[in-house]
Amino acid sequence: MKVLMLGWEFPPYQSGGLGTACYGLTKGLAQEGVDVTFVMPHVDGDVDADFVHLIGTKGKKVRLRGIRSALRPYITAEGYTNELHHIEIFKKPGAKQVYGRNLYEEVHNFTRAARKIAEEEPHDVIHAHDWMTYKAAIEAREISGKPFVAHIHATEFDRTGGNNPNPYISHVEYEGLQAADLIIANSEYTKSNIIRHYSVDPKKVKVVYFGIDPDVPQYSMNFRSPLNQRDKIVLFLGRVTLQKGPDYFIEAAANVLNYKKNVRFIIAGSGDMLPRVINRAAELGIADRVTFTGFLEGEEVHKAFQMADVYVMPSVSEPYGLVALEAMKNKTPIIISKQSGVSEVLHHALKVDFWDIDEMTNKIVSVLNYQELFEELKDRGGEEIERFTLDGPARQTIDVYNEAIARYDKEAR
Amino acid sequence: MVSVCFYFQVHQPFRLRKYSLFDIGNDQHYFDMTKNIEVMDKVAKKCYLPMNQLLLDLIQKHKGRFKVSFSVTGTALEQLEQFSPKALESFQALADTGCVEFLSETYHHSLSSLYSKEEFQDQVALHRKRIKTLFHQTPRVFRNTELVYNNELGRLAEDMGYDAILAEGADHVLGWRSPNFLYRPKGCSRIKLLLKNYRLSDDIAFRFSNKGWGEWPLTVPKYASWINAVNGNGQVMDLFMDYETFGEHQWADTGIFRFMQDLPKELLKHPDNDFKTVSEAAAAYEPVAELDIPHPVSWADLERDLSAWTGNKIQQAAIRQLYDLEPEVKRTKNQQLIELWRKLTTSDHFYYMCTKWFADGDVHKYFNPYDNPYDGFITFLNVLNDLILRVKEKQGEKPSGAGNLIFPTEIQTSIIEQHRT
Repeated sequence: MKVLMLGWEFPPYQSGGLGTACYGLTKGLAQEGVDVTFVMPHVDGDVDADFVHLIGTKGKKVRLRGIRSALRPYITAEGYTNELHHIEIFKKPGAKQVYGRNLYEEVHNFTRAARKIAEEEPHDVIHAHDWMTYKAAIEAREISGKPFVAHIHATEFDRTGGNNPNPYISHVEYEGLQAADLIIANSEYTKSNIIRHYSVDPKKVKVVYFGIDPDVPQYSMNFRSPLNQRDKIVLFLGRVTLQKGPDYFIEAAANVLNYKKNVRFIIAGSGDMLPRVINRAAELGIADRVTFTGFLEGEEVHKAFQMADVYVMPSVSEPYGLVALEAMKNKTPIIISKQSGVSEVLHHALKVDFWDIDEMTNKIVSVLNYQELFEELKDRGGEEIERFTLDGPARQTIDVYNEAIARYDKEAR
Repeated sequence: MVSVCFYFQVHQPFRLRKYSLFDIGNDQHYFDMTKNIEVMDKVAKKCYLPMNQLLLDLIQKHKGRFKVSFSVTGTALEQLEQFSPKALESFQALADTGCVEFLSETYHHSLSSLYSKEEFQDQVALHRKRIKTLFHQTPRVFRNTELVYNNELGRLAEDMGYDAILAEGADHVLGWRSPNFLYRPKGCSRIKLLLKNYRLSDDIAFRFSNKGWGEWPLTVPKYASWINAVNGNGQVMDLFMDYETFGEHQWADTGIFRFMQDLPKELLKHPDNDFKTVSEAAAAYEPVAELDIPHPVSWADLERDLSAWTGNKIQQAAIRQLYDLEPEVKRTKNQQLIELWRKLTTSDHFYYMCTKWFADGDVHKYFNPYDNPYDGFITFLNVLNDLILRVKEKQGEKPSGAGNLIFPTEIQTSIIEQHRT
C-alpha cells in the first residue's frame, strides 16, 4: 500500500500537536508495512527539499517532500502576512519571488505543487490533514484517480472558539469534507462538529483515536526542579489562544490561591492571548505566583510535565487533545475539559466543563491536598496510557484506506 | 428434600450531593435529597410496589407454602419512611403474613465489621431495634454488608446469639464442596452457615435477560429442572440477590415478574421441594462440615473479595480517615454529628470510588451518582473535612495543625474564619 499524505508539519519542523499526530500516524503505518510519502510546506532553503526518514523497527521509509511555502499550521490570514514579512527580511537580494502575496494565494501555490507531486509519486490513496491541504487533495484525486481520505484534526469552529470563523477557511473545510471519499475524525466530538457545521454524511465518517509514541526516552527522566521543594506546581501547556482556555486557567489560579498558598502556576506556550493573560495575572494580584515560559520544545516539554503536580487542559473546544496523553505518559495527573475528544476515551482523569472555574478550583485543590488522589491518578493513568499505542490507530487507518479504495472502485464502475 | 431459600437484599444509600471545596465550613447539607427521592420513587414504582404485591399474592395463593426472607438496611428504611410510605407499608404487609423473615445487618450498610467492632455492634443494635419496631420481628439470622464474611465474623455472630449467618458460596472457598448444604464456621459450636448458590442466583439476577447467554430465554420449567436436579445431593438452594433485580436490573418487559409468578407453583409440583425462610432452613438441617474462611469473601464482582470497596489508594485513604474520626465524633456525644458520620460509613460511598472499571464497570455504574470514581472521592473527602471541622468546633478546640485534619492548617484557619464572619 502506498499513501500520498498531505500535511502541514512534521517533526522537527513543527509547532504543535498536529505534527506529533502525523508523526505518530506515519510511524505506525510504516510499522504496519505501508509506504508513506509525506508532503508538507517548508521554508528552509532555497529549493523544494526531499528528505528520507528512516522510521520504525521494520526499517520502512517515510519520504518527506517539502514544498517551499510559508504556510504554517494554526495560521490566520493576518498571521500569514506577518510570516511573509519575516521571511522577506532574510531573503537574498535579487531572489525570485516564490511566496504568495497572501494566505489564499499561498494555499493555491501549495495546491499547484501538490498536483505535480501527485503525477510523480505512485500511490493507492490520498490522505490529507486539515483544511490547508484539502484543495491539494482534490486536485491530486483528479490527476491520479485515487480515493481521497480527509483527516480532520480541528475545524475552524474549534480554532476560533466559534467567534468569527474565517469564511474562506470554513468554505475550504466544507468543500474538502464533501469531496472526500471517507473522513477520519479524531474523536466523536469532532465527528459531531463536522456533521453539525458541514452537513457531512455520518456514514462517511470514521473515528480513529490517536495514540502516542512510547519510544521516547524522555518519558522516564523523572525530572524534578528546585521549585518542587517550595511549591506545588500546576501546569498549563499549549498555545495561549482562545481555543485553549488560558483565561479560565488564570481565573482558577487566583481562586486556588485563596485556599492554598505555596502553589505555582506555570503557563507554557505562546500565542495571541499571552499579553491579555499576563495583564490579568497582574490585575488579580497573583503575578508572583505565575510563571510564563514561552514556547517549549522537545525535552523541555517533558521536564515541564514531570515537575508539575497536575496538568490542566481547560480547552474551550479541543477536537482531541494529544497533549493530555503526553502528560499522562509523563506520570502527571490531569484535569481535562469535558469539551475535548480525549475525555471520551480517558477514565483515569479528572474532567471539568471549561467554563466551570469553581469546579476547576475544587479539583486542582483536591489533587494538591489529597495525596492518595494524586497517586491514584498518576499510577492508574500511567497504566491506562499504555493502551494508547501507535499500531492500533494505524491498523484502523489502513481499514479506512481499504474501504475508501473499495468505495471508489465501486463508484468508478 | 430441597428447601428453596429466597433472600432479597433491599438497600438504598444516602447519596452525597456535589460538595465542593467552597462548601467546607459553610454548608452542612451533605446529601442530594433530590437525587435520593428520585431514585426511591423510581425503584418503588418499578420494583418494591409491584414485586411486594406479587409476593403477597403468591403467599396467599400457596397458603403458607411459599416463603421468602428479606434484609432491608436502615438507610433504606429511613428513605422508605420519608419518601415512599406506601412501599414501606407493603413490606409491613408481607411481614404480617408470617411467611416473610427479616434478617439482621448493620443499620448503615457499612463495612464496620472490618474496621471497628464497637461501631459494628452499635449499628447492628440500631438495625435490630428498627426491624422490631417496623416489622415486629426479632432477627435470628445475620447477613453482613455485601455478604462480607470470614471466620472471625462467624464467631462474632455466634457470640451475638444468632442461629445462622449468610455468605457467598464462592468457588475459592468451597473448592469441591457444594453450596447446597449447611456448614459450620471454623471455631464455632452452634451457629450455622448458609451459602449463596451463585450460579442459580445469578441466572436470575444477572443473566435472565442476556440474549447472548446460551440458556436464554430462561423458562420456568427449565429453571425448576435445575433445582429439582439437586434432590438427592443437596438440602438447600440458597437464592440470594438484590431485590432491585425485579423490575430494575431486569426490566418488567424481560418477563421477570411473570417468571417469579409461575416459579413457586412449578417447584411445588415436585413432592420433595419446599420453600423455607433462612431461619427455618437453619433449624431443619445440620451442618455437614466445618468451613474455614480466614480471608473476607463478598458477593461483589468476579473477584468475590473486598477489592470493590478497598481495592485502591483513594478508597483506603477515605476509609482510614473516616474511621480515624470515630473516637472524636463519639466523644462529642452529639447525636446529629454521630449520625452524619454513620451515614458516611455506608459502603456505597467507597464502591463509587472503585477504579477497576474496565472489566465490570457496568455494575458499578448502577445508580452511581458520579461520572468517575475520582469525583466520588473528592466529594467524600470534602464532606469528611467539613465534618471534621464540626467535630472540632463541638469540642471547643481551636483548629490547629496538631489535629488529624486532612487539610493543611492554613486552609482550616481560612475556612473557619469565613464561617465565623
